[in-house]
Amino acid sequence: MWDYIKLAVLGVVVVVAAVAASLARDLPYLVHMLVIILAAAITFMWTIRRIGEPVPAANPNEYMDGPIRFGVIATAFWGVVGFLVGVVIAFQLAWPELNFQWAQGYLNFGRLRPLHTSAVIFAFGGNALIASAFYVVQRTSAARLWGGGLAWFVFWGYQIFIVMAATGYVLGSTQGNEYAEPEWLTDLWLTIVWVAFLLVFMGTLINRREPHIYVANWFYMAFIITVAMLHIVNNLAIPVSVFGSRSIPVWSGVQSAMIQWWYGHNAVGFFLTAGFLGMMYYFIPKQAERPVYSYKLSIMHFWALIFLYIWAGPHHLHYTALPDWAQTLGMTFSIMLWMPSWGGMINGLMTLSGAWDKLRTDPIIRMMVVSVGFYGMATFEGPMMSIKAVNSLSHYTDWTIGHVHSGALGWNGMITFGMLYYLVPKLWQRQGLYSLRLVSWHFWLATIGIVLYAASMWVTGIMEGLMWREVDAQGFLVNSFADTVAAKFPMYVVRGLGGTLFLLGAIIMCYNLWKTVTSTAERKPARVAGAVPAE
Amino acid sequence: MVDPKDKTPENRVSPPSRQYPETAAQLRADPPTTGHSWDGIEEFDNPMPRWWVWIFILTIIWAVGYWIAMPAWPGIQSATSGVLGYSSRANVATEISEFEARNEEFFVQLVSTDLDEIRENDELHRFAVNAGDSVFRAQCSQCHGTGGAGVQASGFPNLLDDDWLWGGTMDDIVTTVTWGIRNEDYPDARYSVMPAFGQDGLLDETEIDQVVNHVLSLSGADHDSDLAAAGEEVYLNNCASCHMDDGSGDYFIGAPALNNQVWLYGGTPEAIRHSVYYSRFGVMPGFETRLREAEIRAVAAYVHQLGGGQ
Repeated sequence: MWDYIKLAVLGVVVVVAAVAASLARDLPYLVHMLVIILAAAITFMWTIRRIGEPVPAANPNEYMDGPIRFGVIATAFWGVVGFLVGVVIAFQLAWPELNFQWAQGYLNFGRLRPLHTSAVIFAFGGNALIASAFYVVQRTSAARLWGGGLAWFVFWGYQIFIVMAATGYVLGSTQGNEYAEPEWLTDLWLTIVWVAFLLVFMGTLINRREPHIYVANWFYMAFIITVAMLHIVNNLAIPVSVFGSRSIPVWSGVQSAMIQWWYGHNAVGFFLTAGFLGMMYYFIPKQAERPVYSYKLSIMHFWALIFLYIWAGPHHLHYTALPDWAQTLGMTFSIMLWMPSWGGMINGLMTLSGAWDKLRTDPIIRMMVVSVGFYGMATFEGPMMSIKAVNSLSHYTDWTIGHVHSGALGWNGMITFGMLYYLVPKLWQRQGLYSLRLVSWHFWLATIGIVLYAASMWVTGIMEGLMWREVDAQGFLVNSFADTVAAKFPMYVVRGLGGTLFLLGAIIMCYNLWKTVTSTAERKPARVAGAVPAE
Repeated sequence: MVDPKDKTPENRVSPPSRQYPETAAQLRADPPTTGHSWDGIEEFDNPMPRWWVWIFILTIIWAVGYWIAMPAWPGIQSATSGVLGYSSRANVATEISEFEARNEEFFVQLVSTDLDEIRENDELHRFAVNAGDSVFRAQCSQCHGTGGAGVQASGFPNLLDDDWLWGGTMDDIVTTVTWGIRNEDYPDARYSVMPAFGQDGLLDETEIDQVVNHVLSLSGADHDSDLAAAGEEVYLNNCASCHMDDGSGDYFIGAPALNNQVWLYGGTPEAIRHSVYYSRFGVMPGFETRLREAEIRAVAAYVHQLGGGQ
């Protein structure tokens, strides 16, 4: 019966999307409708071919690892795509000729830049977060994922969101809000997927067999709930037509800017920090095989972090039309955020005390430690850059780009790589990784890449900041904008090289993980711990 | 008697303070855990590091102090203004007015001085060139390049040479900057249209080939002399009224000189053919409302001294 309802709903979706496609007012909307038709039609075919087949009852004592395996693959795939686009746009900035004439309006810098940021943050980072959240919440709750097939819906729904966002960017459908570029239709779809994600996660937590909720899950929960709130508020908009991709935002003027950076900074705070801290709190103790350093610290820094982070957004709008009082609050809360952020670093690093020798032998631990190190560095640099005096130099310069990337490549990238190296042998029941040597190669390529990236951006950032503010005795600007662009060229090349090294490392990782699954020996049956991993 | 080979603690002969611990692990006996275990992960019940707690408290105290000093907490109508009375808008306004007060005498002098006499007053001229340079970087360099060299063969004129489209006296430059060229914003914008001889069927293919070769011959470039000779009549009938018989052009209607090697859209036979066939329609915005009169005069003085001023 359920199958027939599903078929009917999918059929209706296909028909409605086909009608909408025929009435489409613009190309991105048409393409989005075609994506919906394709996704619904494939699901329809898949359902109809299995109709009547007896469905094996899910064993509530088994972990549900199918969507996690897919999530791991998607993480690696989108990671490589995102890094590749990043390398392309880095070289486009160094050599503008790479904005090819034949690709104007599709693959020029303006179109590819949001593709890069969204691919790495939402496709790579998002898949890593969803997959690891599903893995961690089951293990630390000793309960199977709640909601039956809902976890599959979350995985596939999220991929559809990624495809819709990416096609929209290339075809020019954007709201123009940084990190919130997708238009209303894509936003609505993400909201549905995200609520499903929240339900699966909360349902599993409620079903837990452990008396307490593990710290990683606090962070995952804060991440899921806050991102939902941020996403909905910042994307409130009225569509121009239900058959077109454009919309008019409800916020305007400085309010719009404030809401955007309240969103934007907490995308960093709750997506890239809280969510990934959840990851850190599970995978570092597991890989190090040591208890977490301090429970007290984890509870203090968790509450301090989520309370303080939400205020820090205005530091993106120093010396703008934003009133002084809001700038003050943004700056002071950013400074107070320094120690709460470092709480996670201390807990991560100190968890290794008693296992420091593993750094010599285990490149995965090395990756995780460097990741936490970059986390500490970026969360010191951030509060420092939020100070108005520093910000007056650093704002709008490449320093910001360098800061973001030491956090994104160093912290988010490295902890995700560590997670993938940990998870793949577990999920495919292999005895171990195909090659630890290749992990070492990946580690060094990525680390050197990040250092090149961050260092070159510090140099250009501070240089262009100083050039912009240089005035002569009569108050006239000394440099034109184009002068600063010309001066930055060598560092742009260095940055591109750094990105290339990072991309190479990720490709080596994909090869290593692939060989792990295809050509290492199977593992003996996993030990029983509450529930049994299977499927 | 104690057997020295028996290593039980009771049999130790050296005093406890001199004893070397057996394993490194004993050096740091693990603190108690909280007693829970999740998938094998436990948590130590370590206290928070003191330095961490103290720095956290210090940042909070500093923040409270900053709130007292600076505009901080919003109310219904307005926010607390802070005991230091800081206001970023007021600071910027003060800074701008300081510079303006310092420079105002020059600005006044710029407007009141006759255009051609600006360069005779050394101090005023230096100010005008600096100010004009700054204006140029912000407003003009996007098309004309930061050094004023334009973009070769792309319709963005080089301002360093003495080949002018609409004239290179101070007066001419001020007029061009003020009203722009072929824009729809100002009725006073400089305006002229060259016919699209090929597209509109005014000349046939042979005639176009001929006149292109004639134009090439005017500038002393390589050309087919038979075609060029045949093209002279076509040129005199169709082009000379604006570009003059000898190709020297006319500043009054913005007709470029054709008798030199300076080409706005490129001097290849293909580029010239394109110009004859489709015509060109270069535009420039006017700055009448965007710049003060003194700034327009300053940027004119700057452009004038780049090399080609008349």
